[in-house]
Amino acid sequence: MSAAVASDVEQVGVAQVRDRADVHRQVKLVVVFAIVAVLLLWFALDIKDPTVKYITGERVTADDLGTEINGLRIVWICFALAVLALGAAAANRVRRGIVGTLVSMVVGIAFFVGFIVWSYADQTTLVIANPLPGTVKLATPLVFGALAGCLCERAGVINIAIEGQFLTGAFLASVFSSAFYSAEMGLVGGILAGVAIAALLAVFAMRYHVNQVVLGVVLIALATGLTSFLLSQIPDDPSIKQYLNDPLILAPIAIPGLADIPVIGPTLFNQTLLSYLMYASVVVVTVLLFQTKWGLRVRSVGEHPMAADTVGIKVNRIRWQAVLLGGVFAGLGGAWFTVGSTGSFDQDASAGNGFIALAAVIMGRWHPVWASLSAVFFGFMWTLQSQLAFLGKIPPELLRASPYLATIIAVAGFVGRVRPPAADGEPYVKS
Amino acid sequence: MSTDIETEKPTPEPAPEEGAPARRSLAAADWIPSVKTTVAAILIALVIGAILIAFSTRSVIETLPYFFSYPWDFFSEAAHAIGTSYWALITGSVGSWHAIATTLVRAAPLICAGLGVTLAFRAGLFNIGAQGQLVLGALACGYVGFSWDLPPGLHLLVALVAGILGGALWGGVAGFLKARTGAHEVITTIMMNYLAAALLIYCLGKDAFQRPGSDNTQSPPVADSATFPQVGNLHLGVIVAFLAAVLVWWILNRSTLGFEMRAVGANADASRTAGMNVPVVYTTAMVVAGGLAGLAATMGILGHHDSLSPTMAGSIGFDAITVALLGRATPLGTVLAGLLFGALSVGGVAMQASAASTPKELTEVLQALIVLFVAAPALVQGMLRMRATDENKTVMAKGWGG
Repeated sequence: MSAAVASDVEQVGVAQVRDRADVHRQVKLVVVFAIVAVLLLWFALDIKDPTVKYITGERVTADDLGTEINGLRIVWICFALAVLALGAAAANRVRRGIVGTLVSMVVGIAFFVGFIVWSYADQTTLVIANPLPGTVKLATPLVFGALAGCLCERAGVINIAIEGQFLTGAFLASVFSSAFYSAEMGLVGGILAGVAIAALLAVFAMRYHVNQVVLGVVLIALATGLTSFLLSQIPDDPSIKQYLNDPLILAPIAIPGLADIPVIGPTLFNQTLLSYLMYASVVVVTVLLFQTKWGLRVRSVGEHPMAADTVGIKVNRIRWQAVLLGGVFAGLGGAWFTVGSTGSFDQDASAGNGFIALAAVIMGRWHPVWASLSAVFFGFMWTLQSQLAFLGKIPPELLRASPYLATIIAVAGFVGRVRPPAADGEPYVKS
Repeated sequence: MSTDIETEKPTPEPAPEEGAPARRSLAAADWIPSVKTTVAAILIALVIGAILIAFSTRSVIETLPYFFSYPWDFFSEAAHAIGTSYWALITGSVGSWHAIATTLVRAAPLICAGLGVTLAFRAGLFNIGAQGQLVLGALACGYVGFSWDLPPGLHLLVALVAGILGGALWGGVAGFLKARTGAHEVITTIMMNYLAAALLIYCLGKDAFQRPGSDNTQSPPVADSATFPQVGNLHLGVIVAFLAAVLVWWILNRSTLGFEMRAVGANADASRTAGMNVPVVYTTAMVVAGGLAGLAATMGILGHHDSLSPTMAGSIGFDAITVALLGRATPLGTVLAGLLFGALSVGGVAMQASAASTPKELTEVLQALIVLFVAAPALVQGMLRMRATDENKTVMAKGWGG
């Protein structure tokens, strides 16, 4: 393969400048595509019974028992696509940019499809289900958390405390929903709690100049302690509990028209209010940060507060606004754990999701869209592993570890060194 | 307070060892002037805790409806509840030799794991992965402890080394990835925490790790020949923990490696220019940090004659981060913070058992409040009208690194 690269450099070397990073990238692509092609070939040869059944919904229902298709043919098509991409990569036809991204995506999808067909092939009872509804559901809190992280850190305030905001948000959402007998009020409770922790973050980071990494860890500890302390204060008496920790849960709302689109319709448009808020929030945060004057100010105080101050921007005021707005999103994410999913608050309701959201922020390079996509990637991996856990083909322990392993591979192999906003973590002291 | 220590941009900052004043707070020396503030911070946290105790005690709440007719009832009940709780907290943690020994035993793993976080922190790495490193250490040390058959002293030594190596391996992977590919250690260590948890459950499902005749997912207990010698409920591991603190102090302040770590932590670009091998320093720092977390795991397994179970690691790895931060990333500070946290958690149990039956979760709140106030000396000094000390104005401002 290195020979192929070398000869390629000789052929077109005059016309284009190829540095080591570019060659390195091509080698990486060829290796990855070759692995995918070999695996797909193996999948195709391993399948004995070519028919698999699939459904468009999340699980088998009485009126949708699954449609039969020839899975083996699909795997061969995927293999052919992978081989084509491998050839293109070896001939250095897969350049940086839109075409390269598209080719990589096609190979990724081909691998995924082939893998799924192989997993479900030769099984009599199990049916390929749609992983998208579960993905959207599980990604919801992560996306909110990632947006909160992006807003704070773009403004130059490190927010490790997302987990703490999740916990308090989940707790207060549960209490509000129970007390007001309304799941929507739960969202208000979540927002209040998220903003409260954000306010603590802001006041200690900006007024008292506490190291923000320390602060985040401490706020998580405080939120864990406070919520479990308060939870222990709720008596076990059902007549009282009903008003404090027995929340109503958000019901899915189908959007007429959009929900009727096959496959993706029921997935994306038959979700709870929280998921619709999530779609809107990604757009709102992205537009706010990159298309408005306020967003420009936020980014400037995060990159070079002194310069921003020189042109008359009130650095700490902008930072306060960004941190508090981030608290709104983190609180909504927290609300998901109680009113958005299973119900009442228990001690470790957010189960480390805040840390995953933090990882999504870094993986997404502090950009709301990329951070959200990283969060969705996580939701997808979780859904996939829970679906595949029923099949015996891969050990369930390995499956359980796969989202985390995939993240490490993605970060170490493809994302690499990331650059945070330059003033991230530095309190601004006017001199 | 500059500090984004190792982004691509050139940082116009002098080499750290010649004294960037902002980073002094990371050095051991400035604990002494801030002792007063630290004590004050702990007192304020205790006052807030007292208020929480008052309002979480049933007998106090019952006086509230008639507060305006007989306010004295409220105050006497509250004073009684607070007194009972805090007295139980104190006697339960340092009131007797037995209590002190329990506190020391509880503090030992916190100190070790905290030292690991401290050491990485000084090298500019934020090690969230103490938990995972601890789990791996426990796996290795526990396996050697219950399945190998060796003479007493040697068995203990081998199990100890296995624990340290297990943690070191797990930490080293994160350090290596950071050094080699630039993968951010916060992401990799978080993910490796989950991987370690999954690995633990996987291993406990295997026959080799199954306790004969038990349906629970737990391993056989560690053999007698591999446990720390004990006096009462105090075991040798406590002394090992203190020795580890001395070792870390020596590494950081007296060895070339420690000098390089602190230099890289303060300014990686400058260190690279000065000819230091930054990737090697990162990897070494994480290996040592992981080894310390692995050592923390041996405290639990070999000290209490314990077996491996899914919940055995508790949240020591995460508490260790708070301990290290409260100790301001110095070995001495970490030891003191570990002792304080150990005392609080032992006392918390006593508090719950006392007549006031204050929930032990309160001690978690207290721990967090103490760190919060210690980290914000300006707030404490403002609240108590103390004279501000200059070096406390801005502590430990530091970015993500990259």
